[in-house]
Amino acid sequence: MKEQTEASVPPPQTKRIVDREKFDVRRLSAMSRKEVLQVSRDPSTYIIAFVLPLILLLLFGYGLNLDTGTTRIGLVVQDDSEAAQSLAAAYHNSDWFEVEQARSVAEIEDDLVSGDIFAMVVIPQGFGEGVLRGNAPPIQIVTDGSQPNNATFATGYAEGLRANWAAGRGLEAGQPDGGNVRVATRYWFNPELKSRYSLVIGSIAIVMVIIGTLQTSLVIAREWERGTMEAMMATPMLMSEFLISKIVPYFVLSLISIALCTVLAVTVFGVPFRGSILALFVISCAFLLPALGLGLLISAVTKNQFVASQAGLLSGFLPTLLLSGFLYEISSMPLPIQAITYVIPARYLVPSLQTVFMAGDVWSLFLPNIAALVGFGVLLLFLTFRVNRRSLM
Amino acid sequence: MGETVASIRDLTMRFGGAEDDALKGIDLAVETGQITGLVGPDGAGKTTLIRILANLLPPTEGSVVVLGGEPGTNRFDLGYMPQRFGLYEDLSVIENLTLYARMRGLPQSEWDAAFTRLLDFTDLARFKSRLGGKLSGGMKQKLGLACALVRTPKLLLLDEPSVGVDPVSRRELWAMVEQLVDEGIGVLWSTAYLDEAEQCEVVYLLNKGELLFAGNPSNLTDEVAGRVAVVTGFEGRRRELLTRMLDRDDVIDGTLQGRSIRLLFDRPAANDAVVLDLDDGSQVEPARPRFEDGFINRLGGGPDGTSELARRYRMIDGGDGCAIEAKGLTKRFGDFTAADNMDFAIPYGKIYGLLGPNGAGKSTTFKMLCGLLTPTEGSGAVAGHDLRTAGPEARRSLGYMAQKFSLYGDLSVRQNLNFFAGAYGLSRGEARNAIDSTIEVFDLGGDLNRSAGEMPLGYKQRLSLACAVMHQPPVLFLDEPTSGVDPVARREFWTHINGLVEKGATVLVTTHFMEEAEYCDDISLIYRSQLIAQGTPDELKRRAQVVAPRLQAPTMEDAFIALVEDRDAAVEKAA
Repeated sequence: MKEQTEASVPPPQTKRIVDREKFDVRRLSAMSRKEVLQVSRDPSTYIIAFVLPLILLLLFGYGLNLDTGTTRIGLVVQDDSEAAQSLAAAYHNSDWFEVEQARSVAEIEDDLVSGDIFAMVVIPQGFGEGVLRGNAPPIQIVTDGSQPNNATFATGYAEGLRANWAAGRGLEAGQPDGGNVRVATRYWFNPELKSRYSLVIGSIAIVMVIIGTLQTSLVIAREWERGTMEAMMATPMLMSEFLISKIVPYFVLSLISIALCTVLAVTVFGVPFRGSILALFVISCAFLLPALGLGLLISAVTKNQFVASQAGLLSGFLPTLLLSGFLYEISSMPLPIQAITYVIPARYLVPSLQTVFMAGDVWSLFLPNIAALVGFGVLLLFLTFRVNRRSLM
Repeated sequence: MGETVASIRDLTMRFGGAEDDALKGIDLAVETGQITGLVGPDGAGKTTLIRILANLLPPTEGSVVVLGGEPGTNRFDLGYMPQRFGLYEDLSVIENLTLYARMRGLPQSEWDAAFTRLLDFTDLARFKSRLGGKLSGGMKQKLGLACALVRTPKLLLLDEPSVGVDPVSRRELWAMVEQLVDEGIGVLWSTAYLDEAEQCEVVYLLNKGELLFAGNPSNLTDEVAGRVAVVTGFEGRRRELLTRMLDRDDVIDGTLQGRSIRLLFDRPAANDAVVLDLDDGSQVEPARPRFEDGFINRLGGGPDGTSELARRYRMIDGGDGCAIEAKGLTKRFGDFTAADNMDFAIPYGKIYGLLGPNGAGKSTTFKMLCGLLTPTEGSGAVAGHDLRTAGPEARRSLGYMAQKFSLYGDLSVRQNLNFFAGAYGLSRGEARNAIDSTIEVFDLGGDLNRSAGEMPLGYKQRLSLACAVMHQPPVLFLDEPTSGVDPVARREFWTHINGLVEKGATVLVTTHFMEEAEYCDDISLIYRSQLIAQGTPDELKRRAQVVAPRLQAPTMEDAFIALVEDRDAAVEKAA
């Protein structure tokens, strides 16, 4: 319980400074012009708006690849039958594997230990006989458990290849399928399953957060730090004019940067663009509302460039990177974390972006997401206008 | 009498969380046709008061009327220049002016006339397209003023417009504002310089949020009329004599002025060498009181003359060598020469001043000598250690007090003391003794657990000095040590420094406070990266009288301006 008798506690500030001026478009345009001049003269703008997207695209496009590409495996064929040779040939012919063949496990054991190969596939003795009897005999897959990701990939691919081979074999031999269930896997929209595509698309979201949230919060904090805020507040300027003058240039800058990202994604990284530019524009605009709103809110609360950049990183950049679903699947996250993603605006952006690139205009998916983004934007901007008052306290 | 454009009655300002009121029961009025001075040391509440008038802070209690209404009415008639001028550094001069013209709603048809008038007025026409960040301090200040005047206001609020600006620019600015006043504008000019206060028609003197005095400055100086005297012609060391005088009961304040000592008494001044127990050759003459004397009197007098810090300090016997030596020290940044061929030698037991406006090159010279910058050319030595070959030894023999008091704001006072004792490599026992002694000398006992950041400026300065001398170095470097502190704290500081020098310590000090220069034994005048004059304060004043014969009994500031102007004239002739 808080003591009620503390006489020394000052009474709460009830007085507020009230603006008496009317909104003035000329002042707004003066401030916006000033902002554009500053933006165009600040070299960091170019780095953040143009160089950074380039770096991110390169990083996500080439550096960070969630696909395994070709995996080096060892293939131990202990059986001389035609079936065993056929399966071995299937491994050799696969694009996924680079195969080192041997007669016994002992020959290539050391390679697995030293990491030269990621897995060892053993086609055991009696494999051919089993095939002739009609049941698909098991193969042995030995992987390097110290690299769990590679091990999982290698196992999955190796087993998948065998299953494919067995299925094809069954048909070739004209044997009835009996009760065997066959799985036909078809990947829609991303037939090659290139994670690069979704990463490149996700980087557009990152760029929007960096310009919209980080950059915006920094430029307002800078006005506080350099004392120009104080001078501006002593003019007839309204806080709403000030805030809008910050929103407009960075809104435009973000759109330019998004356009650049899109062109690069399509031309350099070969990401398909199946939707319409209008849809991309509408989705981007919808996301910029909460991104800018968050940036403005941060700057209104912190008034300090260092704190603003930390807050922007924690509340804008990191959630977008980790919780928006472009790097990690939301459906594979633990439930409490999944719940958190619902308050991350980027969560509503990433599926729409991926759809507009990979699938096309699916307005039934866009509209609810856009509605959510606009909702967040309105809430954040409303809070900003409430918090940001004309006072130096 | 002019029109009242701002008035405050019984104003109290309290910030959430603060213990003390930032302003207590203030009454104030600003009238047109005169400069109203708002005077006081840092933290007195000047900026808070101006911000309330500019409608940037809501007052806690009291009535405030600005331009005939609550603050915020008729904002078009209000001009405000904040402490940092409010300029955009990446906009040019003309772009800054245009922005303010638009923001203040000046019709576009009037821009050309207004800009021409203001650029002419501020002499900035040549620099129209230069970026704000590339202007000198004086030019920024003028542009800041121009921006505040872009739409001629009825009330002009200037928050410490002259702080950190060289004396020449200060005088120019004052002349400009006087011209505005003649045009019928009401001006509130806040300043920490007491000599500026003296020139105002009406002065409001603030100290710790309270109004100490309001009225014509002569009313305050009249209070100490007949109580000021100057002692000249004495034998022996001036610092020792000052200490003796300050320790007398009837002397409430004393300052050095070259080879003379200025004293303020608590009763009509004794004008007799015998009464003051001086030697035979000494003369005591009455002197004209200054505003600062009145201020000190109102505050109850300055500190006594004996420094407890100095009494406990070790004797330093440096012998005949030089404590600090600079030989042709030069520093270039790209094609800009920040310090050009600095030459001086300082013997032990002296105070040496580097005097000059901001950006003249004193800090650069200073930083080269304490090993923070590597000279491009030339060499320097501290306590016999060459900075190039024996940097660590040189640094160990000096104590450094930085301009911004480099204390750790979020550590407590005791933690700061512990840290600096460790940083200077004191052993455990030495550190304990040094810290205990520091706590006693500076009376820090009650504040040991407060964080250094929340202490008032005067305390920070004491603590900063305490940390710098904890290892009892023979050489002390002080960078703008009393910037912003009140006159009493400044006197206390100099009492300590004087005492340390009497013990044989050597002090190198940079300052732009001209009265502080009077404490120095020798001065280098630094202007535009060059050393333009060297000598004792009295010598420099005499030299100023040679180049400007009109000067009679020049102050250090007069001397500075005369020498700088002479230099400018010589450069112009050569070009």
